[in-house]
Amino acid sequence: MNSKNGTKFSWEKIKQWPLFLPVVALILVMAVNIIHDAAVGTNPLSFFMISLRQTTTSGSILYGRIVDIINRGSEIAILAIGMTLVVSASAGTDISVGSVMSLCASFMCMMLAGYGVSSTTTLAVPLVIGLLAAIVMGLVCGAFNGTLVAHLHIQPMVATLILYSAARAIGLLLCNDLIVYVRNPSFAYFGAFTGPIPTPIIITAVCIIVISLILKKTALGMYIQSVGINAKASRIAGLNSKLLIFLAYTLCGLFAAISGIVASSRITSADSNNIGLYLEMDAILSVALGGNSLGGGKFNLAGSIIGAYTIQAITTTLYALGVSTNQAPVFKAIIVIIIVVIEAPPFKAFLRRQAAAKGVKA
Amino acid sequence: MKKKFNSNTVLLFITIALFVVLYAGGCIAYGSKGFTHFQTFLNILITNAGLICVTCGMTAVMLTGGIDISVGALIAMDCMLLAVGMSKGFGAVPMVLVILLIGAVFGAFQGFLVGYLEIQPFIVSMAGMFFCRGMTAVICTDQVSITQEINPTFYAWANAKVIVPFGGYINNKGKYMAPYVRPGVVIAILVLIITFIMLRYTKFGRSLYAVGGSAQSAAMMGLNVKLIKMKAYMLSSFLCSIGGICYCLNTMAGSVSQATGLEMDAISSAVIGGTLLTGGVGNVIGSFFGVLINGTISSIVKTNGKLASSWPNILTAALLFVFIVIQSIFAAIRERSK
Repeated sequence: MNSKNGTKFSWEKIKQWPLFLPVVALILVMAVNIIHDAAVGTNPLSFFMISLRQTTTSGSILYGRIVDIINRGSEIAILAIGMTLVVSASAGTDISVGSVMSLCASFMCMMLAGYGVSSTTTLAVPLVIGLLAAIVMGLVCGAFNGTLVAHLHIQPMVATLILYSAARAIGLLLCNDLIVYVRNPSFAYFGAFTGPIPTPIIITAVCIIVISLILKKTALGMYIQSVGINAKASRIAGLNSKLLIFLAYTLCGLFAAISGIVASSRITSADSNNIGLYLEMDAILSVALGGNSLGGGKFNLAGSIIGAYTIQAITTTLYALGVSTNQAPVFKAIIVIIIVVIEAPPFKAFLRRQAAAKGVKA
Repeated sequence: MKKKFNSNTVLLFITIALFVVLYAGGCIAYGSKGFTHFQTFLNILITNAGLICVTCGMTAVMLTGGIDISVGALIAMDCMLLAVGMSKGFGAVPMVLVILLIGAVFGAFQGFLVGYLEIQPFIVSMAGMFFCRGMTAVICTDQVSITQEINPTFYAWANAKVIVPFGGYINNKGKYMAPYVRPGVVIAILVLIITFIMLRYTKFGRSLYAVGGSAQSAAMMGLNVKLIKMKAYMLSSFLCSIGGICYCLNTMAGSVSQATGLEMDAISSAVIGGTLLTGGVGNVIGSFFGVLINGTISSIVKTNGKLASSWPNILTAALLFVFIVIQSIFAAIRERSK
């Protein structure tokens, strides 16, 4: 490698950068937007425009496509934090997060509205109790998954498959098969605006800052990575592997609950069938897109979060290009396949062999 | 080695016993509503014919230690293709052949990515799922029905009755009601038997177990691990396409939201049937009883009529929980006895 010329060497170095993949993907999405805007004759830079708009309901708010992407991407980004930890610690994915989101939202709305009530404007219990209920539910679900994975040594996918199919159904049962509407401004706040900034963005930012501080200031991040790389060696080195894996799943449940609160507050209701639908896939995708190995071990939280927003940007761009909600997955699938093929070690080895063969010929 | 074999047989026995207990419970509780009739059992088979084919394929993939979550979406795409193709005037037989070909090609592509490029099966089949689900919407966003006018042949297949020569009963008007199944069930049973024989007695079937047990040892034994993995995914998607045809014979329609969550039903059936996601352990007979258990639960809830529609999901999940806990206890015992 070192014998190559200078430019090649720096290119190799850039490719080694952990955020290389998600950033390139994000830049590509932006480029598509600019080209599309130029092609249809609007200002090519309208993608990046942020303006203040007056609305009748929330006063002046930030407006623009980037704001929209960051706002709509909040749920995925919050889920991606928990998913990153789970993937790192247990080399498996938590496929229950979407269902758990739905369950937490249903439980919260059921508490706020009272059992069997389908629509209300006044809260049956203080808002704080509803929020706590959602968070406790998330923690319980996470702890359930964590126990199965850490203590009973069940493969993460099977363990979380239980809640994947049950949580949404339990949520429906709690809501009496109804869509529970809680049309109360104090509840709607979490999906609305704080001053000019959408509240979900603030919630996401707080989540990211808190978890980064915890990972930076304590050794938790390093411990989780070490368990992911080799659980047995970590245990021999004195780490409580079981507890750490359990903790990762519980945290994932907590973030699913927060994400559920945001999603449900956005639509001021608990739509058990639709909240968080397929979001577990998006969350797993963000982790993979962020350059994290799904085989566990080292993780990069920033990558996952950029990955999450990239996915939201892709979705928003597809809608802007006129692709319908149902058709969008085709493009997502193609993007995923391209990314994972580029990242696959055998493919890289193949490219290297090709390059070497060319070198011999020259 | 002997010990390992035993605990797996015990698991299979528990699965079958559980099915018998569930079904007997249903007979006792809802005997007056016709649950004891042989036809109720056949109806479970009719409703789940597609799922049986899919679960056979899923078991083969899970034996290699992989997973294929694209099956539900692939079925939706198959049904949509059948419905749209036939309403455009294509015959039933060519459409069925096209569906089978698409299944094999799609499976080969997934298998190539998993086997040769060593990408995680979950990610590959997740992309496959997105692709098929999206393609269904690209083909047509509306619900398309197959009626008698559109394709008489397919309609005749769907409504053909295969009379079972035993187990009939005399109804309250004094008429003999012969129990029957649909052609889909015959296809599903054939698929089940062929898969069973293939997994147990052919070289390919045994190599699936070898790869799942330990890919490294299999490679050292001289097996082409990459090719075997690729074939497993091909088999899964191919059987899934057969399942899609059975499914379409039941629903006679194509729509975007069809068969959502079917992949999880297939996986949970296989797991309840004793197949381990780590690979190397399992057989299709267990998976078949897994499907029957799922079907019995939904049938009981449907016969009751008063229970909320979410109960089958919760009960299946509870069963899944019980089974994986039992499996993990067996695994722990095995570990200790080593």
